[in-house]
Amino acid sequence: MGNGRSHISDATLGRQRLMDRSFQAVTTAFAWFVLVILAGIIVSLFIGGWQALKAFGVGFLFSSDWNPVTERFGALVPIYGTLVSSFIALLIAVPIGFGIAVFLTEVAPYWLRRPIGTAVELLAAIPSIIYGMWGLFVFAPVMSQHVQPWLQTHFGDAPYIGALFQGAPLGIGMLPAGIILGIMIIPFITAIMRDVFLTTPKFLKESAYGVGATHWEVVWHVVLPYTRIGAVGGIFLGLGRALGETMAITFVIGNTHRLSPSLFEPGNSIASTLANEFTEAVGDMHTSALIALGLVLFMITFVVLALAKLLLLALESRKGTKT
Amino acid sequence: MKSAGVDWRYLRRRSVNIFNLTGAVLATAFGLFWLLWILWTTLSYGISAIDWSLFQQDTPAPGGQGGLANAIMGSVIMVGLATAIGTPTGILAGTYLAEYGGRTWVAGTIRFINDILLSAPSIIIGLFVYELVVLRMGHFSALAGAIALAIIMLPVVIRTTEEMLRLVPNTLREAALALGAPRWKMVSLVAYRAALSGILTGVLLSVARIAGETAPLLFTALNNQFWSTNLMQPMANLPVVIFQFAMSPYDEWHTLAWAGSLLITLSVLALSIVARTLLRKARMEH
Repeated sequence: MGNGRSHISDATLGRQRLMDRSFQAVTTAFAWFVLVILAGIIVSLFIGGWQALKAFGVGFLFSSDWNPVTERFGALVPIYGTLVSSFIALLIAVPIGFGIAVFLTEVAPYWLRRPIGTAVELLAAIPSIIYGMWGLFVFAPVMSQHVQPWLQTHFGDAPYIGALFQGAPLGIGMLPAGIILGIMIIPFITAIMRDVFLTTPKFLKESAYGVGATHWEVVWHVVLPYTRIGAVGGIFLGLGRALGETMAITFVIGNTHRLSPSLFEPGNSIASTLANEFTEAVGDMHTSALIALGLVLFMITFVVLALAKLLLLALESRKGTKT
Repeated sequence: MKSAGVDWRYLRRRSVNIFNLTGAVLATAFGLFWLLWILWTTLSYGISAIDWSLFQQDTPAPGGQGGLANAIMGSVIMVGLATAIGTPTGILAGTYLAEYGGRTWVAGTIRFINDILLSAPSIIIGLFVYELVVLRMGHFSALAGAIALAIIMLPVVIRTTEEMLRLVPNTLREAALALGAPRWKMVSLVAYRAALSGILTGVLLSVARIAGETAPLLFTALNNQFWSTNLMQPMANLPVVIFQFAMSPYDEWHTLAWAGSLLITLSVLALSIVARTLLRKARMEH
């Protein structure tokens, strides 16, 4: 040190180089672990569901059978229930999520944005099972005593949509399940929409305000066109969440294997069928059919979530080139 | 000369504006309404159900009296074990994405898949661990439950770790490297330290996420009516107990389910509020 020449031995250098390499190798290995999990999920679901897939073929997707006694299984009823309940959820969550995002980015005073934003995010933090209990013990009675009779008297005889509101107002079934799902995915849609709305360049918005546009006109004609793909990405993300939601649905959907046009009738979703029957499945074929159902659910959500992610990435890369 | 038509148009634009912005306010009120309703329900049913026997007695037989002691203990054990598995794994994977992966296609793919797994249905993870662990062992076990929870928390930890490491200014890294520090020391002594609070909040958030998870535990840890701390055997846990008790016809069980709901909701909300506040601070520090 004194003569100005620090001396690092070859051994030290070699050791550090080894440490460097092993640290990088370890982090890389754990990162690959993510891909291993994905592959593991797909492979294990394929293996588990193989017996049913082999026995029923593509017809598995289009058959409404579900009979553990005769060992005939088909995925149509749960797939239908999953799609319908998620669709109802989107009908509620998209306009509400959009409204909250507009409120948080344009309307609310600054001091209010953070607390309200956090409160909406807390909707996502509440565990699914709490939604389920609340849905079964509190929301379902309200539905059956007030909302469903009202719907029935006002829309029950309407052409086309009247068929949706037939049957006994039980308070459990497709409609309550869809509504609760909608509430559950509001925070996801809101968060993405708010974040993408905030990416709109200030000068674009200020130019619009400068020529006399109203708040709403700025949202509708400037912010939304600029961030449209991101907003759609947010909707897909919410849909992905809704499709796989399990416990809340299991409490309120009714868990009945029946295809019915009425939204008042109890039904089934893929996730709720799994939650209800898996541990009590009798026979290998039943278990295998349930795992095959899980595979179908994973495929659907994977595609939807991948689309969501691609849309959001597209918005990000466009932002990079345009500004 | 102003024609009346122009004024009408102006009026129309103003009223559309007011109408739609009112809609935004109402949408927000609608969202908060459910939050308050659900929290109120959990509080009002839960508080009356909470007393000391809850923490002293085990889950009762059908229709009997009892507490939730074994379920609380089981949840703590499994969430703790999952955190012990998931945290280091997630932090190391996130380190790769932030420090080494960069813009390579491998890192891009991992990021993409990680984001998908982040939102993937947790019940599928339960099926996966059932196939992987439960079938091999031949029976349900707390270990399988903890593995399932660890897999669910992993994407959250990976993502926040990467995000937080990216917030560390590169000048800090360059300063360390310029002093001759090898890269692993730069990451572990400089980057980690600068991002520590952010990474820890990511862990807190992920714990909040798995604390209430029910679906994956149904297929892995199942339930146990009795006190058990054996990781190789089925173990009671709050979410599954709540599920079974709420679906049962017994009033005593319903009361216990509400008590459990309140415990879970309070701990999850507390965790996520603390984590969010810390996260905001961590982001503002940089």
